[in-house]
Amino acid sequence: MSVSRDTVEHIARLAYIGLGTEEIERLATELSGVLEHIDRLRRVDTTGVEPTSGAVPNVNVLRPDQPGPSWPSDDAVANAARHTPDLFEVPGVLD
Amino acid sequence: MTAATEFMPVIGLEVHAQLTTRSKMFCSCRADYAGASPNSHTCPICSGMPGALPAVNARAIEMGILTALALNCRIPEASRFDRKNYSYPDLPKGYQITQYAEPIGEDGWIEFTLDGVTHRAGIVRVHLEEDTGKSTHVSAPGGDVTLVDYNRSGVPLMEIVSAPDLDSPDAARAYFAALRQILMYLGVNDGNLQEGSLRADVNVSLRSAEGEIGTKVEIKNLNSFRAVQRALEYEIDRQRRALDSGERLQQETRGWSETEEVTFSQRSKEFAHDYRYFPEPDLPPLRVSQETVDEVRHSMPELPATRERRFVEEYALSPYQAGVLTSERETGDFYERAVRAGTRVPPATIANWVTGDLMRLVNESGKSLAQSAITPGTLESLLTMIGSGEISGAAGKQVLVRMFADGGEPQTIVDELGLRQVSGRDDIETLVDRVIADNEKLVATYRGGKGNAIQALVGRVMGASRGRANPQVARQILEERLGPPGS
Amino acid sequence: MDLHYASAHELATLLTARELSAEELARATLERIEHLDRNLAAFLTVTADRALADARRADEMIARGQGGPLTGIPIALKDILSTEGLPTTCGSRILENYVPRYTGTVAARLAAVGTVLVGKTNMDEFAMGSSNENSGFGPVRNPWDLNRVPGGSSGGSAAAVAAGETTLAIGTDTGGSIRQPASFTGVVGLKPTYGRVSRYGLVAFASSLDQIGPLTRSVWDAAAVLEVIAGHDPLDSTSLDETVPAYTDLLERPVNGLRLGVPIEYFQEGMDAGVERQVRAAIDIFRGLGADIREVSLPHTPEALSTYYVISPAEAMANLARYDGVRYGIRAPADDIWSTFKETREVGLGAEVKRRILLGTYVLSAGYYDAYYLQAQKVRTLVRRDFDNAFAEVDALLAPTTPTTAFRLGERTSDPLQMYLSDVYTVPANMAGICGVSVPAGLTDGRPVGLQILGPPLAEEVILSLAHNFEQATDFSRLHPQLETEVAS
Repeated sequence: MSVSRDTVEHIARLAYIGLGTEEIERLATELSGVLEHIDRLRRVDTTGVEPTSGAVPNVNVLRPDQPGPSWPSDDAVANAARHTPDLFEVPGVLD
Repeated sequence: MTAATEFMPVIGLEVHAQLTTRSKMFCSCRADYAGASPNSHTCPICSGMPGALPAVNARAIEMGILTALALNCRIPEASRFDRKNYSYPDLPKGYQITQYAEPIGEDGWIEFTLDGVTHRAGIVRVHLEEDTGKSTHVSAPGGDVTLVDYNRSGVPLMEIVSAPDLDSPDAARAYFAALRQILMYLGVNDGNLQEGSLRADVNVSLRSAEGEIGTKVEIKNLNSFRAVQRALEYEIDRQRRALDSGERLQQETRGWSETEEVTFSQRSKEFAHDYRYFPEPDLPPLRVSQETVDEVRHSMPELPATRERRFVEEYALSPYQAGVLTSERETGDFYERAVRAGTRVPPATIANWVTGDLMRLVNESGKSLAQSAITPGTLESLLTMIGSGEISGAAGKQVLVRMFADGGEPQTIVDELGLRQVSGRDDIETLVDRVIADNEKLVATYRGGKGNAIQALVGRVMGASRGRANPQVARQILEERLGPPGS
Repeated sequence: MDLHYASAHELATLLTARELSAEELARATLERIEHLDRNLAAFLTVTADRALADARRADEMIARGQGGPLTGIPIALKDILSTEGLPTTCGSRILENYVPRYTGTVAARLAAVGTVLVGKTNMDEFAMGSSNENSGFGPVRNPWDLNRVPGGSSGGSAAAVAAGETTLAIGTDTGGSIRQPASFTGVVGLKPTYGRVSRYGLVAFASSLDQIGPLTRSVWDAAAVLEVIAGHDPLDSTSLDETVPAYTDLLERPVNGLRLGVPIEYFQEGMDAGVERQVRAAIDIFRGLGADIREVSLPHTPEALSTYYVISPAEAMANLARYDGVRYGIRAPADDIWSTFKETREVGLGAEVKRRILLGTYVLSAGYYDAYYLQAQKVRTLVRRDFDNAFAEVDALLAPTTPTTAFRLGERTSDPLQMYLSDVYTVPANMAGICGVSVPAGLTDGRPVGLQILGPPLAEEVILSLAHNFEQATDFSRLHPQLETEVAS
């Protein structure tokens, strides 16, 4: 299963990761190698097998509708690169 | 080739309703963020901090099931949450927890009335998800910035998707109104479009006479009934004109401008979203048992359409009156409690007073029935007093105004204001004789054949008694004294 | 007794008898870290002030007679656990300046019983790696041979315990990241059953696989830590609502009569001869202790690795989407938000993390979901069934932890696939959600070998008692790297 440069560019765009030309080349090769290995999965007969829907037997794990304290806005923005003063500030969204 | 006007609209609505839970969907921050300062209703979970995990609000699930049942949906036993992956500053985790593959309800329907005719539209699905934060775009000298507040992030949202069964802007509006009414009756949403707790996206395409459905366009975030209607009208016209001129329509998302009254293209990225949905690994699946469904169904209040029909039948009301009484659940609740408070006042009479004077007071004062000081019991007592002739109708209206504003028992208010009607024959005979003596001209007019003149004479008696005479008795005595008109 | 290599169990005796104070122990530990860590780079943050404050509190608890088995004991936490007021970088440049404002459940439970936090340990970036060479802050070195890797992703925690820089450490295991470094550094490493320990506060890599667990010098210590950190947490909907046994009380349970399976698929070609020799010798020891040893088969073992490399990158893609420069972490300068996202992630994330995010994006993207993700989840069910079938016949499984001993730094970094293949014996336990422990099984070529004991879900007391019995029957836990000599030269 071979991954092309175009595919790498496309998925990098979806994942919001900027990549240089060299990186794209390298990743195309590496990912192709990994996917080849993973492809053995396709040969496993899974007729009638249910996908694992949860790693634990828990079902219906619900929390009562009780409001509790929020943390102060200071805590919320404490690690933000820019905030003014209690709003997160980012460069503009181009729509 | 079909002329564009022969293309019929195919419309569907996607409604997002914030639930009236006390806490958020996946954390215990307060869900009611109105008026809160920015980022003061957040925690590590709803602001997407590294290491935080979601925990599902039980009441939100209940409300989802309740709504799905009210919309005649099937409630599948298996339901789960999924991750919808995309990037935007108001989406703190870089994905939204929603329901994609296994929603809480499917394949339902809703009825709505348009111009007196009842229509039915299909409901494809009802599902639960979390709301995003709010971004505000600000132009600043150093460059545009976006300010983000996560107070709204994580508030429970219910998405209701209609089938594309609506064939006109009016139908879409009526559908939306009926849906809103049901959500408010259930108590799951406050129906406030202006503040954004209820939002609608519409999708519209045109179907040719041969049945071919054209390109679908979505219009997002319409926050009033008027916007829904106007945006659809504009868009249908735009699409027709485009087809007429041979222009190809783009499948796209458009916005609606209130000020310019046009839809406009909104293309935020060069490529379509690939949401890469997969099951939410942090949340175990839901198994909705038949018991749970039955319990929830049991707790469902009477819905508007059923109540309206029942009011017409049970209380012999006109459809118009039944409609007014059931437009909000609170009004109908009030009405029925008043009806059941006693046995001496006919339901129709109570209906007249509620839909007339009482509703007028509500509209004028800006206070709802619940916020006013009147109760079903005191209304019923008041109407009993009017019915027995203890006070006149006019006096009753005065008392109503007082009770609405300040509460109190009608007996007390009548005594205080001295409104008790005089009905004793002797008292009224004296008044009548005096009025006849003082109003020769009117008497002559009456005797001359003008039967209506008796109204004026009754009025004179009322005046002489400062409104306390029983007008029916006064009229009776006048007729006895004067004989039939023209005699 | 050499304090630095004493177990928590041994130290607790001294502390309770007031022959040693927690403060003295803390100072000695901090001194050793200062002395040694420049050669190991096991720590990203040394929390000296916090350690001394914790130690004083611990001494007060002990004086009041309120001390427990871990009160006053030095502990290090992998830098992927959220600790309020202390940097939590996850080994990544993108979080190099991130200081959380909340503490996760496990860190809080450990603090509540009076452990002494000496620092946050180095790790492969966002827990992705098997050698600790993927850290954004430089690799960790194996105390047994400074030119070799300690394993990963909990390489810092393992090296710190092995080098006597801390008594206890906490790591995380998603595909083997506790067991494999434990094996490479000659310490005990436990991966609990998925859901046994709360993940609230654990920065997520692969949500359905991640588990927090101890790295220690003795099995008793690991059992004591598990007792403290295990148990239901309403903040983690995947945590199991099951009672936590007193694991330390159950360690002496005899081996005699227990049925132990040896999975044939774990003894294929590619395993180092020395590793095989040590592991087979370990199996003989269990035979000698009265266990009934038999061969079992876990036929989907090869495919388990493939399912891991579909499911874990997919979940990671989503879990790492939040690192975009908006709310925390570094932010690359840019004129618009989309460029901010791209540039921040380009400079902030390392090559392995990017690789896995892209792999995850690919397997979930339109058109590939059924062929990869859905198929992987189905094969995962088959992997789980293999273990269920095996555990119907035997009480636990014995296997090597890794095919080789610690490899050299740089040896496997040019081919990601080679690195991934070294997880072959550890990954299946994560896919099935079962519990597993790696316990020192001697040396080959002067380097530690780990014996892996796997048990059914919630059977920690079985695997811990087996490990404890093995430890008692051998001398391997007492082996230490000769660090002072290495450092001096």
